[in-house]
Amino acid sequence: MANMSKIKSPMPTQEPFVRNKNFSEVALGYTEEMAISEAQRCLNRKNMPCVGGCPVKIHIPAFIAEVAKGNFEEAYKIISLQTSLPAVCGRVCPQENQCEGKCVRGIKGESVAIGRLERFVADYHNANSTEKATLPRQNGHKVAVIGSGPAGLSCASDLAKMGYKVTVFEALHLAGGVLMYGIPEFRLPKSIVSKEIEGLKVLGVDVCVNTVVGRTVSIDELMDEEGYEAVFIGTGAGLPKFMNIPGENLKGVYSANEFLTRINLMKAYLENSDTPVQRAKRVAVVGGGNVAMDAARCAKRLGADVYVVYRRGMEELPARHEEVEHAIEEGIVFKTLTNPVEIIGYCNCENKRDEKNGTVCGIKCVEMELGEPDASGRRRPIEKENSEFTLEVDSVIMALGTTPNPLIKDTTSGLDTQKWGGICADAEGRTSREGVFAGGDAVTGAATVILAMGAGKTAAASIDEYIKSKK
Amino acid sequence: MYEIVNKKILNPTVTLMEISAPKVAKKAEPGQFIILRTDENGERIPLTVADFDREKGTVTIIFQVVGGTTEKLNHMEIGEALHDFVGPLGRATHTEGLKKVAIVGGGVGCAIAYPVAKKLHSLGCEVHSVVGFRNNDLVILKDEFDAVSDKVVLMTDDGSAGEKGLVTDALKALIESGEKYDEVITIGPLVMMKFVCALTKKYEIKTVASMNPIMIDGTGMCGGCRLSVGGKTVFACVDGPEFDGHLIDFDEAISRSDMYRGFERKKHEDTCNLFKKGDKLNG
Repeated sequence: MANMSKIKSPMPTQEPFVRNKNFSEVALGYTEEMAISEAQRCLNRKNMPCVGGCPVKIHIPAFIAEVAKGNFEEAYKIISLQTSLPAVCGRVCPQENQCEGKCVRGIKGESVAIGRLERFVADYHNANSTEKATLPRQNGHKVAVIGSGPAGLSCASDLAKMGYKVTVFEALHLAGGVLMYGIPEFRLPKSIVSKEIEGLKVLGVDVCVNTVVGRTVSIDELMDEEGYEAVFIGTGAGLPKFMNIPGENLKGVYSANEFLTRINLMKAYLENSDTPVQRAKRVAVVGGGNVAMDAARCAKRLGADVYVVYRRGMEELPARHEEVEHAIEEGIVFKTLTNPVEIIGYCNCENKRDEKNGTVCGIKCVEMELGEPDASGRRRPIEKENSEFTLEVDSVIMALGTTPNPLIKDTTSGLDTQKWGGICADAEGRTSREGVFAGGDAVTGAATVILAMGAGKTAAASIDEYIKSKK
Repeated sequence: MYEIVNKKILNPTVTLMEISAPKVAKKAEPGQFIILRTDENGERIPLTVADFDREKGTVTIIFQVVGGTTEKLNHMEIGEALHDFVGPLGRATHTEGLKKVAIVGGGVGCAIAYPVAKKLHSLGCEVHSVVGFRNNDLVILKDEFDAVSDKVVLMTDDGSAGEKGLVTDALKALIESGEKYDEVITIGPLVMMKFVCALTKKYEIKTVASMNPIMIDGTGMCGGCRLSVGGKTVFACVDGPEFDGHLIDFDEAISRSDMYRGFERKKHEDTCNLFKKGDKLNG
């Protein structure tokens, strides 16, 4: 029987002023009853608009129908036909712009909570399944996957299931890419990512950490000397951008990448961590995307008063609505229509040995107003005259986006790249070099986990086709 | 895991370790660096490659005990293994076409200067090494430098070995005596490199300085290692670690290098106390 409630079953969460002091997961997940009740809101329309909104084309109404019947393992099987990372996607996908954005129930009320249901099913499976994955029949072909983020993991998973011998190369000491170093524990517990990676190993995938392709080994060597027949580049967009304003090299200015890596990968939030991170009193996070929200919420959890400084308005924030809402609930202050022009450093000119010299003591900003829409379709921010003011802060985190790392480009012959550094690849993931495929942020520039996963899947199919056609 | 196959105490605070890391050894070149972690919860620290043996598959590191991680590392013995060891990172020293070079090393920086001297020597370049230490007890790699240099000038602050004075005094004397260098390569404490660069700028001798700022990933991702060179921000890990010494903003680099000094001091003390406690229990 259909549940005709106009609103989604609410997600149980930690209370804002409890969670803003810990790093445990914010959203606690549906109970079985909540999941069944929410699943009954799905009208199971034949034309399945939601599936069209999903970058990896999960059979959404089919899995939801199984949830409604309480067949959670069946639901899991349907989801896993299309994705190898449901516990991750259920948490971090921007469903509002994808599946849920197309949901018919969204026309008069709220859409079905597809993301929450996906998460429920994945968590249920992880907690209850005793089924062990088995090593697929091997076809004897070797493929190298560079980067162990969402693109690389999904590509590796699909190839392994087809019987390829896959080796994933990761530069850091832990696999997972942005899922490990970027997205905080309170949004995506690291145990979930580790579990997904352990699952890959059962499929026969070798994960080779501490290997910087382009330095430790090159793509040319992998193909010419080590016998890999194809290579997938899923190296993401890891290079942080800065504003190039005065004071950016003061002590206390971090790229969001550095700040988040210290916290997420190196666990600097733990009291006994060997890796330090500044325990600032007042922090300005510059930028308005999901990474800015993550950085702001981490800084809050380390005990700081936090401002998000963004040059456009609340409406234009590129971050997911849910992230912005969570940040506001947790007490983060939004300084929108505000643009930094300089970071100010402390200087005790009388005592050159004062340890505070060269540390951040403020950020000078100007107020902005919105003008005509620019090329991106968003209204262009224009500086208001004589509106300069200074926010007193002792740390600034730059969350302005990232660009692809040039290391692979610089060390691989015959690989074409865009002017801005992205690797040129067609819709099937083929690059200008035979046998070399690419996808995810390394091709598109910074985007989402699910788009990267989709690109990894597409490339896996192309690699399969390529290797078969060679025979 | 990366086994420690050799360990040598070079002086009371400086230790040499040879680490089994065949992939890194295969590619390493002088001037490049590695990043290591001692254990599963360890910090990532960058260390410049001090030597490598492609056949044995080993990389040599030389480090000074300055904080918690180097203290832990110093307590590890032959047969134990490092949890992580990644590299080689950064760009190799540019050695092509150099005919006559002065290498100016200070303290533990000499450990990094040595492979550069060795490589230049093997390429037929005339190498003058100026190496400085606080006193005789801290002198390292003297014989090694002798073997790969056409001239070695040893300096100590107190005159307990070699000549008394600073490396800049020695370098100045060499230049004044008419030695003409294609390039000066300097590796050591930031303050020393700053003054070496100020000196060579006066004489208009191209100078390369090897930087070792705080960093995490070593692949360009964190941006923590940024420096101002010629008014532009660069990342030491991917754009360096060597830069034109006349363009580096050393004052900024010096300031940035002590960002976590308080934390480091405390970690070092805590780690020392932990080892002392362990010794008592075992003893």
